[in-house]
Amino acid sequence: MKVLVPVKRVVDYNVKVRVKADGSGVETANVKMSMNPFDEIAVEEAVRLKEKGVAEEIVAVSCGPNAAQEQLRTALAMGADRGILVEHDGVLEPLAVAKLLKAIVGREGPALVILGKQAIDDDMSATGQMLAALLGWGQGTFASRVEKEGDAIRVTREVDGGLETVSVKLPAIVTADLRLNEPRYASLPNIMKARKKPIETVKPADLGVDVTPRLSVLKVEEPAKRQAGKKVGSVQELVEKLRNEAKVI
Amino acid sequence: MAVLVLADHKDGALTQPTRSTVAAARKLGEVHVLVAGEGAGAAAAAAARLPGVAKVLTGSEAPALAEPLAAQLVALAPGYSHLLAPASAAGRNVMPRAAALLDVQVLSDVCGVVDADTFIRPIYAGNALATVKSADAKKVLTVRATSFDPVPAEGGNATVEAAPAAADPGLSSFVGAEIVKSERPELTAARIVISGGRAMGSAENFAIIEKVADRLGAAVGASRAAVDAGYAANDMQVGQTGKIVAPELYIAVGISGAIQHLAGMKDSKVIVAINKDEEAPIFQVADYGLMADLFKAVPELEAELAK
Repeated sequence: MKVLVPVKRVVDYNVKVRVKADGSGVETANVKMSMNPFDEIAVEEAVRLKEKGVAEEIVAVSCGPNAAQEQLRTALAMGADRGILVEHDGVLEPLAVAKLLKAIVGREGPALVILGKQAIDDDMSATGQMLAALLGWGQGTFASRVEKEGDAIRVTREVDGGLETVSVKLPAIVTADLRLNEPRYASLPNIMKARKKPIETVKPADLGVDVTPRLSVLKVEEPAKRQAGKKVGSVQELVEKLRNEAKVI
Repeated sequence: MAVLVLADHKDGALTQPTRSTVAAARKLGEVHVLVAGEGAGAAAAAAARLPGVAKVLTGSEAPALAEPLAAQLVALAPGYSHLLAPASAAGRNVMPRAAALLDVQVLSDVCGVVDADTFIRPIYAGNALATVKSADAKKVLTVRATSFDPVPAEGGNATVEAAPAAADPGLSSFVGAEIVKSERPELTAARIVISGGRAMGSAENFAIIEKVADRLGAAVGASRAAVDAGYAANDMQVGQTGKIVAPELYIAVGISGAIQHLAGMKDSKVIVAINKDEEAPIFQVADYGLMADLFKAVPELEAELAK
């Protein structure tokens, strides 16, 4: 089967983001950008499915600026076979991305789409579920284990209080949680090989998708800072303070 | 127009985040609650007693799957201006699906209601707060429970009726669940939380934290580093990629205080940090910091609390 893996270009998880002085957003100029960490887990899972002989071809897709080619190259270096860039410079909300991906699914015909459960920039955690809805497919979100079983996929999901297992008919959507796997580092030979793999570029208009945002950002601000408190010298002092000063125990 | 809240419930009881979501919903209009899934009957009776709830709708008692539940929400949607659910695993699974079916951009993890169209939500792991206005005719949101004081459990007297049945698209089936049984309170609803980090060193060492937790009636959490190291289960994870908690007292043991962890607990009322590294960033947010070896300090804490 063919597997589609969408990947997003985001501010690297190690970067301490700064809110712009004019409150219009966060500073993204001259900031290190990387593939969304949950998307790396999704790519890794697709590559493992290919290594097991379950998947035949892996297509990585990114919706974003021209520079998102870098993230597609990372996916190709990890083991994806080819890339598609849906190039757009403005804001793309999850609903718009889901519509773009639906159009790509229509062209490519994958049996499985694996996405990260959440992007670490807008923290929406929505694109996979929205794509499943638009396609009329089943969804296995927040996956910590994925196994193909005939014409279905068995997904173990991270839920509040433990794990839940569902069987989802193929074609299906899976979103990757942290414990699904540990993504590999691309080796140098694979990075070199990835340079020769094809990346096709399309525009939202080519796919007939209106990506106009539904949300307008009125302002972005820093949350209230917490003040550092006091140091205590001993456990006895700590318990005394908690009992008599903070009165929380 | 009324607003609809999709309830989270467990063993026939509503979760505290559901009561916080009702509190957020009350700012938007008359509140109706949809209760579906195993044990929905008992939970519906509890929902009817929440102050401010005018009507409770009961859905199927079958294990809640995203696809039929989203179909049910879409069938009910014409009667509502807003659809809300707690930003729990269940809410985050179904609400974006329902939103897409309604051609609406979902608003995840809402932590403030400005008006019927305008909401505040955290981005970049809570390092920034965005105020966003939705142009969609109908709003679909998940609610960050720790940002809204829950409504009391008693005081209301709503009518309960069966929701019109919606067709199950039959796309997925429930296989099973492994839910950890614990006598301790739920992490997101606990008054006190004590969490361990990578410095715990092993899963077995979490026992010293559990003893303190039992002494205080606290829930036990963990940092992502501790979860990644295999010392604690993923559903114990506090942080950007885990649970968001805001208890009255949060005790961080052997946790350095990575941004991703702070995002999950910095709204706690009182924070205690126990760490032997003086430079650990956790001390910058802690109300009380104890620089000490946790393997000495934690058993001492348990003994002191026993006095």
